[in-house]
Amino acid sequence: MPATVSIPTVLRPHAGGARRLEAGGATVGEVFDEIARLHPRLGQQLLSAEGGLPVFVNVFVDDEDIRYLEGLATPVGDRTEITILPAVAGG
Amino acid sequence: MTVLIPAQVREAMLANAYACHPEESCGLLAGPEDGSIRMAYPLTNVLHSHTNYTIDPTEHFRSLKHADREGWDLIGVFHSHPHTQAYPSVTDVRLAVEPDWLYVLVGMERFDDPAIRGFRIRDGEVIEETLSFEPGPSTLAPYPLPTETVPPPPDRRSI
Repeated sequence: MPATVSIPTVLRPHAGGARRLEAGGATVGEVFDEIARLHPRLGQQLLSAEGGLPVFVNVFVDDEDIRYLEGLATPVGDRTEITILPAVAGG
Repeated sequence: MTVLIPAQVREAMLANAYACHPEESCGLLAGPEDGSIRMAYPLTNVLHSHTNYTIDPTEHFRSLKHADREGWDLIGVFHSHPHTQAYPSVTDVRLAVEPDWLYVLVGMERFDDPAIRGFRIRDGEVIEETLSFEPGPSTLAPYPLPTETVPPPPDRRSI
C-alpha cells in the first residue's frame, strides 16, 4: 500500500493540481524520489541540490516532524500519511 | 473583494499581538471554500523576535489537521509589527509563498489603537484587500473604558 502525500496549495501547480498523491517507498526519501520521477518540478521543491530537505519545507509522517525522527530516512509503512508544509515566515 | 473579519477573529489577532508585544505575534486563518474566515489560530513565533517571525511547524501542522476536520482550508496568516505600520515588510514580501492567502498585518505604531490591514502577495506584488470588521462586543477596545460601565462609588455618608 503506497503512502499518501498531502500537497500544500502553493505546490499543487507542480503536481497537476492534486491535493494528494500516492507514492511507494520504504522511507520518506524514497517516496520523494518516486514523486520527483512522476512530477520533476515538485521534486525540485522537496529535495535540495544535495539531496536533503530544504530548510523552508517541513515534513510530517503521521503526526511527527521528520526532523525529530530520522529525516528523509524515516521509515514509511502501509497507509502512512506524509504531510508537506512550507515554512510560514516573515518580518 | 471585501473580506469580512468576524469579531472573534479580530479579537484573537489583537489579543495575540498584545500578549506577544514587544515580539512579533503570528498565527493562521482558516475557513471554507467560499473564502470566508472562520478561525484564527494564534501560534508561537519560534524566533521570539521584534522584527521577524516563523510559525512553529508543529503548531502549523496541528492547525491544518483541525481545519481539515472542520472541512476548512488554511487561507491566510496574520502577524504583528510591534512598532511599525500594518504594511508588508520587504521580508514579508520575499518570504510570502502562498499567492492566494490573505496576509493580515496588525500594526502597533499606535499601541492603544492598532491598525489591521489585509493583503495578497503575488510574485513580489502587494495588493491590498478591503477588510470589513463584523461589529460585535469587544473586550479590548475602546480605550479608555466608557465611564458608564464603572459602577458609582458607594455613598459613605449613608453608612
